[in-house]
Amino acid sequence: MTDHATPITPVIFEERADQIHVTGPATGAGETGAASAFDLACNRPSLAGAVSQRACTFCGSRVVLYPIADALHLVHGPIGCAAYTWDIRGAMSSGPELHRLSFSTDLQERDVIFGGETKLYKALVELIDRHQPKAAFVYSTCIVGIIGDDIQAVCKKVSEEKSLPVLPVQSEGFKGNKRAGYEAACKAMAQLAGTADVSDVSPLSINILGDFNLAGEIWVIRDYYERMGLQVVATITGDGRVDAIRRCHGAALNLVQCNGATQPFAKLMQEKYGQPYLRVSYFGIEDMAQALYDVAEFFKDKDPAIMDRARAIVAEEVGALLPKLREFRRDLEGKKAAIYVGGAFKAFSLIKAFRHLGMQVALVGSQTGTKEDYEELAAICDPGTIIVDDSNPLELSAFIKEKDVDIFVGGVKERPIAYKLGIGFCDHNHERKECLEGFVGMYNFALEVHRTVTSPVWRFMPRRAAKAAAIANCTEATI
Amino acid sequence: MSDATTLERTPKGPTMKTTSPDFVSTTNACKLCTPLGASIVFRGIEDAIPFLHGSQGCATYMRRYIISHFREPMDIASSSLGEKQAIYGGGPNLKQGILNVMKKYEAKMVGIATTCLTETIGDDVAMLLHEFKQEFGDLELPDLVHVSTPSYSGSHMEGFQAAVKAVCDQMPLPVTAENPRHAGVNLLPGFVSPEDIRNAKDIFERFNLPVTILPDYSETLDGEILDDYQKLPPGGTPRTSLKAMGAARATVEFGATLHPDQSGAAVLQDKFGVPAHRLPTPIGLRASDAFFHTLQEIAGQPMPLRYARERGRYLDALVDGHKYISGKRAVVYGEEELVVGLTGLLAEIGIIPVLVASGGNSGLLKEKIAAVCGDLLRELPDVRPNIDFFEIEHETKALQPDLILGNSKGHRIARDAGAPLVRVGFPIHDRFGAARMPHLFYTGTQSLFDRIVNAIIEKRQADNPLGWSYV
Ligand code: SF4
Ligand code: SF4
Repeated sequence: MTDHATPITPVIFEERADQIHVTGPATGAGETGAASAFDLACNRPSLAGAVSQRACTFCGSRVVLYPIADALHLVHGPIGCAAYTWDIRGAMSSGPELHRLSFSTDLQERDVIFGGETKLYKALVELIDRHQPKAAFVYSTCIVGIIGDDIQAVCKKVSEEKSLPVLPVQSEGFKGNKRAGYEAACKAMAQLAGTADVSDVSPLSINILGDFNLAGEIWVIRDYYERMGLQVVATITGDGRVDAIRRCHGAALNLVQCNGATQPFAKLMQEKYGQPYLRVSYFGIEDMAQALYDVAEFFKDKDPAIMDRARAIVAEEVGALLPKLREFRRDLEGKKAAIYVGGAFKAFSLIKAFRHLGMQVALVGSQTGTKEDYEELAAICDPGTIIVDDSNPLELSAFIKEKDVDIFVGGVKERPIAYKLGIGFCDHNHERKECLEGFVGMYNFALEVHRTVTSPVWRFMPRRAAKAAAIANCTEATI
Repeated sequence: MSDATTLERTPKGPTMKTTSPDFVSTTNACKLCTPLGASIVFRGIEDAIPFLHGSQGCATYMRRYIISHFREPMDIASSSLGEKQAIYGGGPNLKQGILNVMKKYEAKMVGIATTCLTETIGDDVAMLLHEFKQEFGDLELPDLVHVSTPSYSGSHMEGFQAAVKAVCDQMPLPVTAENPRHAGVNLLPGFVSPEDIRNAKDIFERFNLPVTILPDYSETLDGEILDDYQKLPPGGTPRTSLKAMGAARATVEFGATLHPDQSGAAVLQDKFGVPAHRLPTPIGLRASDAFFHTLQEIAGQPMPLRYARERGRYLDALVDGHKYISGKRAVVYGEEELVVGLTGLLAEIGIIPVLVASGGNSGLLKEKIAAVCGDLLRELPDVRPNIDFFEIEHETKALQPDLILGNSKGHRIARDAGAPLVRVGFPIHDRFGAARMPHLFYTGTQSLFDRIVNAIIEKRQADNPLGWSYV
């Protein structure tokens, strides 16, 4: 299959060759001069002139803090940075929805020349008066970093005048990639923690970190934990509330999903309050079950029955799920998938999820994976799988063509690449509207994969039509 | 019976300003930033790649925004400045970036737009490009067009127009024996849909006028399925045609809200002596008439039968549909140019525009709205440039319109107001087929009219308990 595919070497920038790796015996793509070992050169700045799928520091901060629904999120900068992030994520709230408004200081030329501090001050005051938030986050964007506004000072002043936390987020876009933005967001959030009473918090209590409640996912997870008998103190940040974050230091354990986004927060909390944390993933059957078992294990001394309850939940949910998955598997067995996601943690879960469906993962990549992530990926992937860091459309399209995949899992920026080539697609990013976490999420995922992969439209696409014709010709010739 | 409520509503005049006019912040902007407009223009040129000189985030955000509307790939390169370059200047990244897109995209033109960051640090792009050409003169260099698009002065529409103007200024060759005057016409349609561009092409063809449409993203942002992913999509204004724009017979430019100093047509006229015909965007009967009239003049030939018939059919539809919509009240928002066209259309068909809102701020909106509907309405609508969605929502609540026209971002406002939203403009992120939607000329006007009438009927039908299937 790979030998008559387009050779992929030409589309790889030489500077990027060490950000691509092929596992096991080289099949085609192995000759790209790609990384020989597992030292993918990740976490480096995007290359000038390449069309990176990456966003900026600001974007990272915005992702993390955005779901805090009763806070005011003010973007200090020109209009674009705020406009492009208005309500683009499906982070749901069970109460207030202040987060769904997009506030900007909408800096004008005058402000850029004379400084934006006065405008920022006025904007904060008028918006706090209008919306009465529980706290305010002020995001710096690139030009704010350049014109040198003292955001800290303005925030401090407003905070005192209005008696509420006003927290600067040092998220100037050029400072780095999303990861730097996560750090900045966690730092800002950490200032909230530890500022409220925790006397009524149970010893059997947790915070759920790194879930943004897309399509109500955090409610699914929260329900599992509550059925196990745990008190959920704060959900960080999906369906987030300022007051809950203020008392999150009272919880016995932090559960961190996605090692990128909120891990810095968990680390800060560990340093400051000795609060332990566990890394979990809620995607796919094994990881979801493992999360519940790990948590039960943690609390089993305090509550000996907790493991039984966790097992009961898993048994009930998986029992209902497996027969349904078998149905899907019948149609999906042997199909191939490509994965390109923001954080590498998700890739792990997806690889396992695809195995349940009888599918093979031929390409896996992420925007912000670390060296350890890629090592682990290489270990669990089938031989010949392409592993790639911070890719771009040209590369991705060459890879998915070469591997002749049936589905591409990615974010909205990847969708046109798949669709242009006539390949199925599943949105696994922050804009998704489907609940993909938990056991129910595995069902939804399988359903979505099934819907796209088994659609009859692919057979009419030139890529497949040509192949079908070639096969038909072959058969005729042999007859 | 559902009409009982609408009967009570007598048309209201402009309302009092209900929100604080002295607010300095913006909530839910009704505009996007300048480089987005410029990127779309560069995407509409053959073998060109849009290139943002600034940090990475801006390009990625804009790509995603544009992709969600057109449902097409949209590559925007970026010079990806980091903290160091932001301090010491982005020149080296710009040059390296251009070399990279030359190599990997085989771009024949690079359209470079600045961003807030590079404008603020004061990178002199013209000078940097000059240096670049000297340093790499031995290579086969692409055409380099640059435009200054700081977002803190203007919206995506200013960026769009600035890019068009920059191309008109930087691409055409002087008129010489090798580049002689020709019979072709330049068309600068502004920010319209790919379908509108295709329709424009047909019209010029039937007038026997060779046309250069700038930009032409009718294929690059609404392409066919491919066998192979293309580095740069096929289509776009041919670069050879751009070079000959200065030798054209005339330029037709749509832009009622375009200042002369923003006009690409004016540049072509001043620099190369190409006569400029500057018209409002042809949405609605009268604006379309003006356009076809101009084409007849330029071509020196009468209206092709096909368009005379389209016009006749439209008039027929106006009669058939008028009763469903007469006296209904509408809120219109979006880009200034678009809302001027839509307001004209509404006034012509008997709908009363009560609020005309835009995030743009050309200073021309009031005057142009008065021009398109002053003779048709008893009272002019409330015209609100430089407004955000927070205020639009506020006003809409008070006005209780029967109908709202605008882009996707007003969905919640419309839902809360219980009024149907006819989706027009950019972005359409919550419906399918935006690229194939016509708005311009008689056909586009017809299509808008049909959608408006149907929106009103649909609402009436849905609200009616009888479930009638006959109107
Ligand atoms: S910095 Fe300027 S160019 Fe970049 S997204 Fe923000 S407004 Fe747009
Ligand atoms: S200006 Fe900076 S902060 Fe804003 S989108 Fe661009 S890179 Fe991100």
